[in-house]
Amino acid sequence: MSLLDVDGLRVRLQTPDGAATVVDGIDYRVEPGEVFGIAGESGSGKTMSVLALMGLLPQAAAVEGRAVFDGQDLLRLPPSKLRRICGRELAMVFQDPMTSLHPMLSIGTQLTDHVRLHLGLGRRAAAELAVEALREVRIPDPESTLKAFPHQFSGGMRQRIAIAVALACRPKLLVADEPTTALDVTVQAGIIRLLDRLRNESGLTIVLITHDLGVLSSIADRVAVFYAGRVVETGRRPDILGHPRHPYTRGLLDALPHPEAAATPLIAIQGAPPTPRHVPPGCAFHPRCAYARPSCAEAIPPLVPVNGRALACPVDPLRTGAPS
Amino acid sequence: MSGLELTDVVVEYERRGLPPVRAVAGASLDVQRGAIVGLVGESGCGKSTLARAAVGMVAPHSGTIRFEGQEVKPLTRGARPHDQVRLQMVFQNPFSSLNPRRRVGEQIGDALAVLGLASRSQRATRIAQLLGQVGLPEAAARGYPHQFSGGQRQRIAIARALAASPSVIVLDEPLASLDASAQAQIANLLVELARELELGLLLISHDLAIVRHVADTVAVMYLGRIAETAPARELWAKPLHPYSEALIGAVPHADGSGTMPEALPGEVPDPSRPPPGCRFHPRCSYAFDRCRSDEPALIGLAPARSAACWLQRPGAPLEAPSIQSASRLARPGAAQ
Repeated sequence: MSLLDVDGLRVRLQTPDGAATVVDGIDYRVEPGEVFGIAGESGSGKTMSVLALMGLLPQAAAVEGRAVFDGQDLLRLPPSKLRRICGRELAMVFQDPMTSLHPMLSIGTQLTDHVRLHLGLGRRAAAELAVEALREVRIPDPESTLKAFPHQFSGGMRQRIAIAVALACRPKLLVADEPTTALDVTVQAGIIRLLDRLRNESGLTIVLITHDLGVLSSIADRVAVFYAGRVVETGRRPDILGHPRHPYTRGLLDALPHPEAAATPLIAIQGAPPTPRHVPPGCAFHPRCAYARPSCAEAIPPLVPVNGRALACPVDPLRTGAPS
Repeated sequence: MSGLELTDVVVEYERRGLPPVRAVAGASLDVQRGAIVGLVGESGCGKSTLARAAVGMVAPHSGTIRFEGQEVKPLTRGARPHDQVRLQMVFQNPFSSLNPRRRVGEQIGDALAVLGLASRSQRATRIAQLLGQVGLPEAAARGYPHQFSGGQRQRIAIARALAASPSVIVLDEPLASLDASAQAQIANLLVELARELELGLLLISHDLAIVRHVADTVAVMYLGRIAETAPARELWAKPLHPYSEALIGAVPHADGSGTMPEALPGEVPDPSRPPPGCRFHPRCSYAFDRCRSDEPALIGLAPARSAACWLQRPGAPLEAPSIQSASRLARPGAAQ
């Protein structure tokens, strides 16, 4: 059984200029023990789609669909019950450890408060668990770290601490939203390796949201590519990133500086992603797509299974060849 | 005429009651017209400080900064000296470097007005031309910054820098806040501008992969010093400094293969207390006795290639760092 089964998730936000659909019908499943990668550019609805699961959207947001986590539909749980699950069984790590850790509270407090709340442990038992959590993310000298404050650590160390906070209650699912974006590549490599080790050693399931396809390529088992609030292509990592079939996935990969390629200039996708209030009709990507046909502007292509992956592009350029 | 030349620049930040932080501890760089120089390194290595010193935003403690033969004086409350307006800067975040309450055209026009580069009647034409140079339509002049995407805003910021008809632009992480597709667009734009307008660009970035595509030469900075300089492609193909090698190894490859990037152990040390000897030795897997006591100087090893590493000797064939060469050098009585 899937650990998380998201079905028809739709999120509408109220903005000063009217309602905007930021997530427009998303389905995916996350299996136990896997790293599920969500890729896409800013504004594609990656973050909104997971904030919705945890009830972290503003009050005025309208959420539709189903998100069954471990047998319970998160979108239909009363807030008090959702709060018991979030932080304990479902934990989150955010992009910026500068802001996700409280600057005025010691690491120890931040690592033990929720452990005591969720697991009902005493002060000493919680502290022991915190030391273990810090050891697990390879923080040197965990005992004195408990007494220290976030500003005393570098960005990479802070992100390790944020991961330790998230993992202290032994959650089943860790949602990591751009966990390495604010970090240097050298430090990023350490965090990627850490997540990989946690997955291998303790069977942790991870939903990894990132715009960086290189990061997903290192660690994700399966990948979903988001564009304008919809999934355009999803499947196993080697298929999607090694042999992309959606023109958008392809464009994203081509735009990356490739270490081995000699070619300059980079191949950029023309234009910019649409804002949620001005999503083009039909396939949202068609104004930027080199393969677009007139029919692409008419109907939204459904996400259909094609050879072991799911693809929302009727043109499927790899099958039909070069742009006409 | 020569472009921007930095020689042995040292920048210190004073701290009350504490020893000063030497953010740049003697760095030299040369940005000629038409050339793109990439400056890469981890956060805290002093690259942004060096960029700021290059345009006079912070005063160097020692060393010289020359632009077109004239010394760049630290900026005061007054206007930038007229012989330095052709040295411009573009910042990382176009959300904060543009004024949200003024139209794009007005912000670009300011530079023209202040510098007297276009009369009132010519201004609109010149603004349209500048917008065209960065790939934006003429109509963009009437918009406000919030109406544009991150990539378009960075284009506007570049157009504003171009208004002064610069010969050298210093860009501090101009690509860092952009999505992949916008990043590729801006990267290509920078290369085009450098070629067409014969601009010298000093491109500060933490992303070695994108710098390799954009820059002609790359300087790798570590803890306030230049560790290696090389033509961009050669650096990637054969890094001579272990730190460059580590930076390259840490870049993840988006090929779906599932290869793990190499992590570099440890962290950039506190610049107020740099380690003795080579600044990189505590994190270097090849370090031997000499690295712990003597600091290597940046020495030329081949045309356009230099590195500050005891593993490299002038005259010896270019070799990537290796355990073998380190152990050979570590032996007592080995060639010095």
